[in-house]
Amino acid sequence: MNIVVTVKQIPDPNVDPQLDGDRLKREGVAGVLDPGDEFGVEAGLQLAQAHGGEVTVVSMGPPSAMEAVRKALSMGAAKGVLVSDEGLAGADALTTAKVLAEAIRKSGFDLVISGVESTDGYTGVVPQMIAALLDVPMATFAKTLEVKDGTVHINRQTEKGYDVVECPLPAVVTVTAGVNEPRYPSFKGIVEAKKKPVEQWSIGDLGVNLEGPASQSVDGVNDAPQRGAGEVVEDEGTGAQKIADFLTQAKVI
Amino acid sequence: MATIWVFAECEADGKVASSALENLAKARELGDAEAVVLGPGASQAATTLGEHGAKKVYLSDDSVFTDFVAQPAAYALWKLAEQHQPDMIVFGMDYDSRDIAARVAASNNSTVMGNATDILGPDKAQTQIFGGTKIVDVALSGPNPKIVITRPKSFDPSAVGGTAETEQVSVEIPDNEKKAKRVERHEEEAAGVKLEDASVVISGGRGLLEPGNFDLLEKISKTIPNSAVGATRAVVDAGWVPYAMQVGQTGKTVKPDVYIAAGISGASQHQVGMKESKRIIAINKDPEAPIFQISDLGIVGDTMKVLPALIEELQKRKGG
Repeated sequence: MNIVVTVKQIPDPNVDPQLDGDRLKREGVAGVLDPGDEFGVEAGLQLAQAHGGEVTVVSMGPPSAMEAVRKALSMGAAKGVLVSDEGLAGADALTTAKVLAEAIRKSGFDLVISGVESTDGYTGVVPQMIAALLDVPMATFAKTLEVKDGTVHINRQTEKGYDVVECPLPAVVTVTAGVNEPRYPSFKGIVEAKKKPVEQWSIGDLGVNLEGPASQSVDGVNDAPQRGAGEVVEDEGTGAQKIADFLTQAKVI
Repeated sequence: MATIWVFAECEADGKVASSALENLAKARELGDAEAVVLGPGASQAATTLGEHGAKKVYLSDDSVFTDFVAQPAAYALWKLAEQHQPDMIVFGMDYDSRDIAARVAASNNSTVMGNATDILGPDKAQTQIFGGTKIVDVALSGPNPKIVITRPKSFDPSAVGGTAETEQVSVEIPDNEKKAKRVERHEEEAAGVKLEDASVVISGGRGLLEPGNFDLLEKISKTIPNSAVGATRAVVDAGWVPYAMQVGQTGKTVKPDVYIAAGISGASQHQVGMKESKRIIAINKDPEAPIFQISDLGIVGDTMKVLPALIEELQKRKGG
């Protein structure tokens, strides 16, 4: 089974984000593999182990995103693809999906696995767009994932609980945090990752058509009204009373 | 005048998702509001949608829209949009809606704006970043309809008492769109007050130290009418409590009268889901915790001491 996992490099989520003009500042901020994508890589590795086949990681980003690809390779993915092109800076979700879909098509796939959403953008639509562009079905928001006889079986997160959803391959699956326990790269894995093949493609190499004016542009950035901090007190045994008084004043008890 | 469509999810008994009613309140400010509702219950839902300002409702009660996830609805919606040319389609962040919005956008070559907190016009929407500290206006260009996905509770729903003209949707769904089959449904929501509807939300984070200590929050909730217990992503991911309790970017958005954050530092991802609460109380041992910057009452102390004392205090007041 050819499994493709999409990965993204994001600015370290533990560092307070800053703006550089209208865009998220990436310079000087360490890039990491999106923690949400680690669940995708792990899911791919487990399926490849159980059913045979290998995992290819596909990413779009600046050349520095190679580190995120290598991280996925060090976890055990067999090879990587990084699409880098200056023309892609500030790409919206649809452009990103077009590029990734073309890279996935070119790599060959039975199953595409993605995180539900990136930890920096949170739009959460790119995987479904990839499915539409590849003209394959999708099984999204998976809390569990199994493949049997060419069919994907998932428990799909819903507002009220979960649905059991089945979908034939080839397909796109998105996995939630908690679908598995992502492995840490071993020392051996880290050493081997450096030798694993990674293709680097530009828009031209992919031959993807990005014509079409659909886009988004930032029209202005303003500070949101600040919510002022109120009273902050050390608990000296009266904290509980203060809270109860506050609840009484708010007329909720 | 712009035509704004609202995609409405509904249940089999015709109950309309709150996101759709919220979005209709905005859509009717922007132009002619119309709604699309697909699947069993749609005919009944049309009444509610009309009352909330939809002038026209495109509907189908066909179970193909619920038997198969997202794709039949996305296909029908795309075809309908080609035919009727709305300027914008607005979706909630519900799971099916997100899937449908994405597929419609890809099919139609439309840009998608996610996480919108306001819509300023048929080609302009607003979002908040960095835990809601910055507001960004975004201009949307390219083919109509523009696709916007709004965050929950961005608008206040209100019935204006109209009746919608209805039109049956008769798009033939190709077999290729009927592949992801929903074979079972499971409900695991706790009984009692829903988190999104509670007047008081008591949430716990890592500061509760272990899963069993969520019992303390349940006990507090029992003493406060119309209250519910929430949690941070960290403790949900750690498997302490079910995902249904998660408040924040990837969980629920709540706006209660009072939000009590117990042992929660207040990461921006959590704040996005609760900072619009009317009043916020925080208990945390770290005086530098970001949660104190947005709280009306902050107690710097040991959460595991304050909570038992609070249970005692509330029980005493309730009894007296």
